[in-house]
Amino acid sequence: MSAHSTAIGVSSKRGVWDGGNEPLKASYGKLMMWFFLLSDIFTFAAFLITYISIRVSYPAYAGSAEVFAGSNEYWPVPEMVFKALPFLHGFNAPLIFVGIMTFILIASSVTMVLAVEAGHRNDRKDVVKWMLWTLVGGITFLSCQAWEWSHFIHGTDGGSVLTYVNSLGKVVQETVFGANLHVNEYGPAAFAQLFFFITGFHGFHVTVGVFLLFLCFYQAAVGIYDRRGHYEMVEKIGLYWHFVDLVWVFVFTLFYLI
Amino acid sequence: MEIQENKSTLSVTPRNDEKIKKIWKTAGILLAITVVEFIMAFTMGRGILLYSAFIILTIWKAKYIMMEFMHLGDEVKPLFYSIIVPLIFLVWLVIALVKEGSEIFLLRW
Repeated sequence: MSAHSTAIGVSSKRGVWDGGNEPLKASYGKLMMWFFLLSDIFTFAAFLITYISIRVSYPAYAGSAEVFAGSNEYWPVPEMVFKALPFLHGFNAPLIFVGIMTFILIASSVTMVLAVEAGHRNDRKDVVKWMLWTLVGGITFLSCQAWEWSHFIHGTDGGSVLTYVNSLGKVVQETVFGANLHVNEYGPAAFAQLFFFITGFHGFHVTVGVFLLFLCFYQAAVGIYDRRGHYEMVEKIGLYWHFVDLVWVFVFTLFYLI
Repeated sequence: MEIQENKSTLSVTPRNDEKIKKIWKTAGILLAITVVEFIMAFTMGRGILLYSAFIILTIWKAKYIMMEFMHLGDEVKPLFYSIIVPLIFLVWLVIALVKEGSEIFLLRW
């Protein structure tokens, strides 16, 4: 952006003590975004490693996939749990929906990087176009997740017969439908708890991301970045959005594949 | 005056097709890896081999996202390492908690 005459870059836009310093040749904002993302990586890593830890503390389902029945005695097979599609009731489509969700999020990450590239060229028209596509991708992903959650909570037609300690502290044997934090038809209580907690925390990040994307789209469209003289905000929000995609890649593998 | 302020002083650089092609190529690689993971999920038997393959492919995808999409590879080396090196701590966390989980498994079942 600005010419670096010293070892530490100083932006021409701001003074040295007003964030104009550019240590590591990255602007203050970008640097802080990177360190925020690093701390967020640790948070998500802690969640996901907890998932692995709890998962290996339960026996894995060993039978064949065709006769799979949910039980709190063993950890379920993901492709037997996540197999529904919207509008197609009872249709067996293992992992198809979550595959579509992954595809949408990766696609929105691609349009985001195209927006960042357009920002480098100060091309407002392209930035606005690609930001809009990214926004559409983000909102579609969130809607998919809402459906996924709703289906997970309401459960299948048959449910599963489980023996568990109910909320009154009594051991009962009954048919359980869907999932809540106490009991679920798919597997041990921890399975649904971790599902809600981790995909929920990721979904929260996506929601924040969608707000930021909208802000960025709006500011680019009304020409704020043109007046500011640079499109760095697109880059910073882009970093955050790619991070959301990055986390999903891990959530996808750990929750839905393994 | 007002109008002049609103008028952009930034000059638009024309598209660099090479760069854009590279972005789409990275996107293609990411999708291809995901498709491979999908196929493996349905054709291979569950076990340590499949799980390790999934984890390696996932880290490979993460590498592409961080290096190409987040441009971490283009940053100066000290910034690159200050992001990557702290992640080494996670290796121990994985080992420690997987061990912990398997010990709980042995106690419980």
